[in-house]
Amino acid sequence: MEIKILGPGCKNCELLEKVTKQVIDELAIEATIEKVTEYEDILSYGVMSTPGLVVDGTVILNGRVPTPRALRELIQSR
Amino acid sequence: MSTSLNLKKPVPKSVAVRRVGFLVGGWVLLYSFNEQLWDWLFFDLAGWDSQNRVVSSAHFLLYDLSKISILLTGITFAVTFIQSYISLEKTEKYLGGKREGLGHVIAAVLGTVTPFCSCSSVPIFIGFVGSKIPIGITMTFLIASPLVSEIALFMLLALFGWQIAVLYAVAGLTVSIIAGYFLGSIKAERWIEPFVFERRKAATGTVTLRYSIDHRREMAIDEAKAIYRKLIPYVLAGLVVGAAIHGWIPAETFTGLLGAENPFAVLMAVIIGIPIYANATGVMPIFEALYARGVPVGTLLAFMMSVIALSFPEMMMLKRVMKPQLLAMFAGVVALGIITVGYLFNWIL
Repeated sequence: MEIKILGPGCKNCELLEKVTKQVIDELAIEATIEKVTEYEDILSYGVMSTPGLVVDGTVILNGRVPTPRALRELIQSR
Repeated sequence: MSTSLNLKKPVPKSVAVRRVGFLVGGWVLLYSFNEQLWDWLFFDLAGWDSQNRVVSSAHFLLYDLSKISILLTGITFAVTFIQSYISLEKTEKYLGGKREGLGHVIAAVLGTVTPFCSCSSVPIFIGFVGSKIPIGITMTFLIASPLVSEIALFMLLALFGWQIAVLYAVAGLTVSIIAGYFLGSIKAERWIEPFVFERRKAATGTVTLRYSIDHRREMAIDEAKAIYRKLIPYVLAGLVVGAAIHGWIPAETFTGLLGAENPFAVLMAVIIGIPIYANATGVMPIFEALYARGVPVGTLLAFMMSVIALSFPEMMMLKRVMKPQLLAMFAGVVALGIITVGYLFNWIL
């Protein structure tokens, strides 16, 4: 699973990374996590409100940091 | 292209609604009985003398701290919950066709209610421009958002009554509308970095999530806890300053320096407020104390707005898209607007 975290590096982006790592570990999924911090790249995904989460090329959420429970369900449903 | 995804409900809707109901009910009880609780603890249970200066200071500090804490967590919860229904993407679509004038009013209101992280300011700027939303309207949106803080609004409502809350909202909206309109009218495009206007390749597609009520409840609780942890140092600092103002700083300082007699009071308040960036809630105890000491409301609102309006981190981010002249004008127009509003309110009240 290829995960990208979109955001210039503010607190919310870091929180999203933390929650994502937590959920990945809980679900025991093999995944790489990459941070995308340049605005050009973030915008190329069609994301305006950071932070954003991209899984295997698709933006699955953006704008707010989800709770672990919600993220778990989102990732499992893929 | 954007698709929608509904997250499965973790619990039935009725359970989710009931949970929220209990939270709200519990909060209302806590808030209503808070003062009586402290009175009882200090004066009945412990039997301390309310005339004693140390006792009354301690009582005030604990009561005010708990009151603001309860308010802050409750308001953050409610605001986060409601805002979970509002998305930036919907807002952008809605602003798409609007023209100058009315578009500014709508942008100001939407800027206030639409939640977004300040680090999104740049993508929003670029995104709005890309959607052919006029620059002035984009500016109004970006100014209104930090300037009219929903949390500050409800805190003012709870602590000082609806009149002051309405004044604040009107002041903030007006400043952002006029500032944005002005910046749009001087063709601010010429001071914006060219890359903002470049055509972008089509987006790969976003998914709009629909959270269930229970998810929203959870997010709102998380946010309330996080905001509380972040703001409590400011609140404590504000309380200490507020207590000092209450008890120890002589009355003349207020009537003289900050009071109605000093024609420069508003100007000073704004100049002091701009370099300080704090959250509006931290300023509340100071606001309370100054208000009790008779400092005019216009001056107080101007101070609060200048503290929360322009933040250094946001300015640094906007620097990437705005050339220095525009950035300076941006800050200047907002400051001028706040000063004007401060004087206006002092005059009409």
